[in-house]
Amino acid sequence: MSAPIEISGLRKSFGTTVALDGLDLTVAQGEIHGFLGPNGAGKSTTIRVLLGLLRADGGQARLLGGDPWTDVAQLHRRIAYVPGDVALWPNLTGGEVIDLLARLRGGLNAARRDDLLARFDLDPTKKCRAYSKGNRQKVALVAALSSDAELLLFDEPTAGLDPLMDRVFRDHVDEVRTEGRTVLLSSHILSEVEALCDRVSIIRAGRTVESGSLAQLRHLTRTSVTATLEHPPSAAELAALTGVHDVVLDGSRVTLSADTDHIGAVLSALGAHGIQTLISQPPTLEELFMRSYAS
Amino acid sequence: MTASLVGTGTLARLAVRRDRVLLPVGILGITIFAVSSAKATLALYPTVASMDAGIKTIFASPSAVALYGPISDPTDPDALAVVKTTMFGAVLLAIFGYAVVRRHTRSEEEDGRFELVGAGVVGRRAPLTAAVAVATAAVLATCLLTGLGYAAIGMDVAGSLAAAAGWAATGLAFVGLAAVAAQLASTARGCAGLTMGALGVLFLLRAIADAGTGVPGWLGWVSPVGWTSKAEAFGADRSWVVLLGVGLLAVCLLAAFALLQRRDLGAGLLPARRGRANAGATLAGPVGLAWRLGRSSTIGWTVGMLVGGLVIGSLAKSAMDMFADPAIADLLRKMGGGVGLLSDVYLSTELGFIAIIAAAYGVTTVLRWRAEETQGHTELVLATADSRTRYAASHLLVALLGTAALVFALGLGTVLADASGGGTLGGAGRVLPAALIRLPAVWGCVGVAVAAIGWFPRWTAAIGWGALAFFLVVGEFGGVFGMPQWLMDLAPFTHVPRMPVEAFAWPPTIALTAVAAGLCIVGVLGFRRRDIG
Ligand SMILES: Nc1ncnc2c1ncn2[C@@H]1O[C@H](COP(=O)(O)OP(=O)(O)OP(=O)(O)O)[C@@H](O)[C@H]1O
Ligand SMILES: [Mg+2]
Repeated sequence: MSAPIEISGLRKSFGTTVALDGLDLTVAQGEIHGFLGPNGAGKSTTIRVLLGLLRADGGQARLLGGDPWTDVAQLHRRIAYVPGDVALWPNLTGGEVIDLLARLRGGLNAARRDDLLARFDLDPTKKCRAYSKGNRQKVALVAALSSDAELLLFDEPTAGLDPLMDRVFRDHVDEVRTEGRTVLLSSHILSEVEALCDRVSIIRAGRTVESGSLAQLRHLTRTSVTATLEHPPSAAELAALTGVHDVVLDGSRVTLSADTDHIGAVLSALGAHGIQTLISQPPTLEELFMRSYAS
Repeated sequence: MTASLVGTGTLARLAVRRDRVLLPVGILGITIFAVSSAKATLALYPTVASMDAGIKTIFASPSAVALYGPISDPTDPDALAVVKTTMFGAVLLAIFGYAVVRRHTRSEEEDGRFELVGAGVVGRRAPLTAAVAVATAAVLATCLLTGLGYAAIGMDVAGSLAAAAGWAATGLAFVGLAAVAAQLASTARGCAGLTMGALGVLFLLRAIADAGTGVPGWLGWVSPVGWTSKAEAFGADRSWVVLLGVGLLAVCLLAAFALLQRRDLGAGLLPARRGRANAGATLAGPVGLAWRLGRSSTIGWTVGMLVGGLVIGSLAKSAMDMFADPAIADLLRKMGGGVGLLSDVYLSTELGFIAIIAAAYGVTTVLRWRAEETQGHTELVLATADSRTRYAASHLLVALLGTAALVFALGLGTVLADASGGGTLGGAGRVLPAALIRLPAVWGCVGVAVAAIGWFPRWTAAIGWGALAFFLVVGEFGGVFGMPQWLMDLAPFTHVPRMPVEAFAWPPTIALTAVAAGLCIVGVLGFRRRDIG
């Protein structure tokens, strides 16, 4: 069986704006896949192509083995979507919207709906115009999570949720994972991605710049090392070691950054000069993203 | 007081900047339309004597008076030159003034842009004041330019002034009413419903006052739409009616400020009610959703059509009374029509005019579909198993069946009122077909808007309303302007058999239905293949 989402070389322009410029993305069955990138990178555009709302200009996009543009009705029975900007009908109640969306998809799990309403602490009798931003978000989340969809597409689903509700959301995504369903999660909240995702893809300006598990991505970055040495060598000697960068020598104190793959060799080289104190810091996820977003 | 107005000037400039196309198009469009129509009429009939007696009679007939208002002075060519445009222009001006106010008040609030503005150094009353100021300036500019235009083409100066004053009275009144409606309703659509509903009711009230027999004289003064008639430009020249408009605007503005003081940003005066926790059985599919969204508007318009029909039916008798005058009856008989047919002429004229209003409902329904898309609701629905074709078809169904219901209600109202007044028009068998025969042309207008949504979605409103305005101008003024026949043939209403004056005919009916269906199909095909958003 093919992967739920397979995208290669996807292109999409709006007039002269190039939104997707040869994007690649593969999401495997049963994984929670983080989808990251700076503002305007093309995350929402990608998701909207997958939903058949936008027609791609070029490249390949396969959703659950089908064509997202032509096989709409059949594919959409198997997916659920939470948009980044949840716009609801102002004169319908939250409960009506949840039921409507479920019926349009082809069925509702009533017990799960009621459970979700309780856990998200959402009053379904309010008109949508009277909901706060976070509560509108919850309506869309309850509608998506109460379905039995095998693939869930979330575009910044927790923007606007309070920490308590964010927690409820994470618990539900964990449940989805144990049920073997698949999630594509676009998010700017790094802690959320770190806590939930099995793999992540980082895109910039419509192209994929990194893709892999968090552990794999960490290996692409550098560990910072600060040490006090008994017999400090010259800065040039240290800089000559493979995988060492940004050496600063201040008396007996040395700071440097080392490629995570070479950290063992660097530490033993330092050991030869008599380590008195040592602080070694693995890269934070934030540094990882900053590096991918900026360069 | 002044603190609550801080920022008005800045906001007014912002409004003018945002409306730099709408304002000149509105002002110059209405002005050019009125002045050039007067000029064309004067060129055709430089003196009253040269005017065909039949034309004067037709403009003096109750059906024409109900639509256009009375002729202020049948002996003055200037008065005859503006009779067709005066009432029509007043209504356009009322819509123009209301649209400017709504755009910069309730619509802004609904779209959340007020929140950004309101957080700046802006007094509580500033946005409303700025909107009213811009709308007032636009209305007055239109009136002034039109008055100057009339004088410039050699029409009587006092009369030109009175024509401008009459329009200003009606236009300013609707600026004020729109300001109040923007506070009462909590949505832009609600504001539209209130103001346009008021326009319909006040127009009918004026029609009854102008054309009805045995109605008290003061009734004509009650409706702000009637103030344009009461100015009697190129007749009694009552320029002072403009004070009525200024007065009503001032009262409305105070009322709107008072309402503004009591309500929250983004809310109306009516508190939000709770609703049901589960969707009812009808809210199950795309059709259920489209109907739910269009329900209140469809019901409102249908009731309006029924009332319109009742007015047409009840005016029928006084229309016929006028022809009891042996001299007029004789004249018309000589012109080739039998008196027996006069009721048919009356019926077909009125129904033809109101059918265009039913088409306006059809356009607003298609625009709701477009608004669903721009507001991000379509995205939610299309992310489910609903296909684009089914989604489009459901909105189309509401537009087509809704217009059918409207036209039927129009006929029904006419039949009911006429039956109670003696059956001048000839009963349901004659009236209902005469109403329903307009339906294919109405559907054609819907089709134009649907084709626009499929292929030029950003221009849906401009194309939908533009086409309707074009059809209306062609139908009402094509003859005056001497438009070429091919241009007139573009309007679907040109081809409708004027039942019951003319007999029913299959070819135009089938052709119009086919064109409407073709436009709808083309539109849906376009909607299926384009990006959503
Ligand atoms: N309908 C549209 N018309 C024109 N340009 C668009 C349209 N939709 C998106 N774009 C452009 O495409 C690019 C990608 O936008 P997209 O919404 O996919 O970004 P994103 O990654 O979701 O950003 P964010 O993190 O801010 O949500 C942006 O440059 C945006 O301006
Ligand atoms: Mg986005």
